[in-house]
Amino acid sequence: MPPDIEAIAEQVFVALADPTRRAILAALASRGPATATDLAVDLPITRQAIAKHLALLAEAGLVTAEPGERRRVRYRLRSAPMQVAQQFLAVLARDWDSSLDALKDHLDRVVGGPASTQLHGIDP
Amino acid sequence: MGFPDRIGRTVEIAHPPDKVWAALTTAEGLGAWFGNEAAIDLRPGGSAWMKWNDEGFTAEMRVERVEESAVFGFTWGIYGLPADVPRRTYVEFTLEPVGAGTRLTVVESGFAQLPEDVYGKAYDGNTEGWAKELGELADYLDAA
Repeated sequence: MPPDIEAIAEQVFVALADPTRRAILAALASRGPATATDLAVDLPITRQAIAKHLALLAEAGLVTAEPGERRRVRYRLRSAPMQVAQQFLAVLARDWDSSLDALKDHLDRVVGGPASTQLHGIDP
Repeated sequence: MGFPDRIGRTVEIAHPPDKVWAALTTAEGLGAWFGNEAAIDLRPGGSAWMKWNDEGFTAEMRVERVEESAVFGFTWGIYGLPADVPRRTYVEFTLEPVGAGTRLTVVESGFAQLPEDVYGKAYDGNTEGWAKELGELADYLDAA
């Protein structure tokens, strides 16, 4: 079964909606791969809670588990689902309406037209 | 409606297609209304760029379709993604004469492309399981 792009984006947004998981993902992004113990040093959350969150994030495919030192599991952020979420945001952030308004204004200025005729009366 | 793949807009412009065409396909035009500065090699496969000074951002484009005063298409990177991400969206402007003016349609498509390395990973439709487990986790944390 092919992965569902909508489901992937949703998993990212669901994960980010929770402040604890957001903090864990942000920590992995800024410091790189880390164990639950590493993260517990930096975050005001118990190691057990962090480990639970990391296990769920791994199951959702947002982080991958890999062998770390002293037989601890180390987690690494996966960029692929984050990029899917970013693509969704890109649709929302793309402002063609403002660009097309700017195009019209540009043409009125350069070619002349109703708008520029009016403007000439105010600012010759 | 799920993850949108495309954006489409149609506007009526009170200037003829050749004037609109010049604004869309010349460095002077693109650098005036779209970016702050631009360059374009107007032929299929030609490269182009636009620069926004305030944002310190430059968009690299590749010209795909050139049908004078009728169709202009290019691809560019998806905003917010690293420059080395191969997925790009396709932007196509279509110009139709309407009276003395132009009906301009812009369609940008390709937002819903999947990254290749998503395939074969743990995305086999376990969204419901994920939601259920999150609920259980929330209960666990509330009780703690």
